[in-house]
Amino acid sequence: MNIVPFVKARTLGKVNVSSVTLAHGGGGKAMKDLIDDVFLAAFGEQACEPLEDQARFELVAFEAHGDRLAFTTDSFVVDPLFFPGGDIGKLAVCGTVNDLAVGGAVPMYLSCAVIIEEGVSIDLLRQVAHSMARTAAQAGVRIVTGDTKVVPRGACDKIFITTTGIGTIPASLALGVEKARAGDTVLVNGLLGDHGAAILCARGDMALDTPIESDCACLHELIGSILAAAPSTRFIRDATRGGIATVLNEIADGSGVSIEIEECMTPIREEVKAFCEVLGLDPLYLANEGKIVVVVPDDEAEAALAAMREHPLGESSARIGRVVSEQERRVTMHTIFGGRRMVDMLVGEQLPRIC
Amino acid sequence: MKYVDEFRDGEKARVLIGEIEALVSSIRLPEGRPLYLMEVCGGHTHSIFRYGLEGMLPKEIELVHGPGCPVCVLPMGRVDDCVAIAENPKVIFTTFGDAMRVPGSRKSLLQAKADGADVRMVYSPMDALELARRNPDREVVFFGLGFETTMPSTALTILQAESEGISNFSVFCNHITIVPTIKAILDSPGLQLDGFLGPGHVSMVIGTAPYEFIANYYRKPMVVAGFEPLDILQSIWMLLKQIGEGRTEVENQYARVVPDEGNNAALRAVAEVYELREFFEWRGLGSIDHSGVRLRETYAHFDAERKFAIPNVRIADPKSCQCGEVLKGALKPWQCKVFGTSCTPETPLGALMVSSEGACAAYYQYGGQKRQAEVV
Repeated sequence: MNIVPFVKARTLGKVNVSSVTLAHGGGGKAMKDLIDDVFLAAFGEQACEPLEDQARFELVAFEAHGDRLAFTTDSFVVDPLFFPGGDIGKLAVCGTVNDLAVGGAVPMYLSCAVIIEEGVSIDLLRQVAHSMARTAAQAGVRIVTGDTKVVPRGACDKIFITTTGIGTIPASLALGVEKARAGDTVLVNGLLGDHGAAILCARGDMALDTPIESDCACLHELIGSILAAAPSTRFIRDATRGGIATVLNEIADGSGVSIEIEECMTPIREEVKAFCEVLGLDPLYLANEGKIVVVVPDDEAEAALAAMREHPLGESSARIGRVVSEQERRVTMHTIFGGRRMVDMLVGEQLPRIC
Repeated sequence: MKYVDEFRDGEKARVLIGEIEALVSSIRLPEGRPLYLMEVCGGHTHSIFRYGLEGMLPKEIELVHGPGCPVCVLPMGRVDDCVAIAENPKVIFTTFGDAMRVPGSRKSLLQAKADGADVRMVYSPMDALELARRNPDREVVFFGLGFETTMPSTALTILQAESEGISNFSVFCNHITIVPTIKAILDSPGLQLDGFLGPGHVSMVIGTAPYEFIANYYRKPMVVAGFEPLDILQSIWMLLKQIGEGRTEVENQYARVVPDEGNNAALRAVAEVYELREFFEWRGLGSIDHSGVRLRETYAHFDAERKFAIPNVRIADPKSCQCGEVLKGALKPWQCKVFGTSCTPETPLGALMVSSEGACAAYYQYGGQKRQAEVV
């Protein structure tokens, strides 16, 4: 179905040095060696086929799954590159797969563009490429086209990756940020803030030793089962940068509704709570890489929740709140203490408080 | 979380609120207005908004959010000095996170960083000292900021640097003291405050005795309060009790952390390293006598103000800004002319919009409902 079959196998290049130099970005043999030996070797199946400047698909491959294409792109810059629960490669695949899946799409193909700082070790690059390949294989998507650039030391931070994804949306689905209505239920698929906390800890500059791991995961299967169980689902979005607070505000704004969430129902790991307490951060704004906010009509909420809890990536799923009105656009939280507060968009970056 | 969740118990809160309502109804209120209780400390302001305490209290009690956010009250001129030091190519400038966004007259530290200055966020002055050890060819400057709460850790870091003979470390000292500030508020004309929630973390260092003048001379009750929502409710209850019984005393609700005599080791370090400045400039409040400290002559070699050429120019607060009135409780944040229009958290004009602990930023971020209700 997918790549047009090729006739003649080509010879594969080999990298013979231990780190990337500007020569690997020069367009010549060194670049070909790097692509062959690091990226194609990891991404596998078509390595010996002639390389074109584009991946080619037969339209029929898409038509089998739906009536619309979904197309998305995302860039990944993370420090450190490897962190508890994941690495930049896994992140780059999961992030784009999730951006397709939250729209109801079946993720199919990814591109991979990598910007590499000179001096990065070839071994490190291989690890990242293998992590991408492994994650893509597990997710059932293929990385079919890519690009590499090498920039002088200091011009980027080790490795930046951009992935673009294509998928197809089944004809029955029409999720939209404008579709939330008063009475709808708001669900999340588990413990919030793990990724943000794990990354901050992994940077090591606050000398906090915690067992928190990133929740980085591909969610398309989970989303598939939600949509099967609750076909009238209004909207799904992954709560990445800015956390669930940001997504809830996007829904409030997009649908012109007010959302009220219950602090006592919002699932947050004890370690993340303690971490936020120490630094004066708010877990509602911490990034996630494996968490979605799901808005469903109330009569399908139970079915959606049950389907989520059955999936390994949704065991701690919870009903965190409701869409309460179509008069105003705002998000409020009923606190564990019995009070009520606004949950607004973050103004800038969350900064640790002085005391 | 153990030792935290106990102080966030909604059931206990309901009981306390019931008692507070009963107490309030037995108190004779001031003519034509509710009781005004000021929480001095920004940490309290943060908790009050985070847990939605204002909406839970009876309408006869109004909380006035005081000046105790050290990030907010930092004047523009001092931020300009920070930026000038940070822009020195030899310098690694280290600061607590939330000071990064405070606007100077030209730029904030965040902007200076974007423009190429080596500005790094640290969580303790000891982290800054570690940077100095690891970068012997650079000058590491720590932005010493905060009330008595953070003063001892800066002092101890300087003593540590002295004992190790580290010469590439210095402190840009902007530490401020709470007592002269409370006094300045109490002395302001037309003041309408009926009691104070005292700052818990400052008191952990200085104890409760320094506040006696508030009770004895100004005849206002004070309760040193913890930062969890039940701490704050209980402290409000204790204040009401004093008001009802006609007492004016300094009481300590936060005894699990605050010893009445303070922390002697911390106080010794503070006395060893700092001396009072004649006056210190505050954003929103103007110059207050003896409200800031600087390094003593003995430790002059750790004083960034003496080590580096700094502009040291006084920049007046923007004219339209009414932070002073809000700080003293004369205006509500949303009654200020520029609140939410030309003064927002993205582009703060005044002190109180700068940090999430500032009353205006807290209203802007968390308090929309009340704000809208009052504006309409």
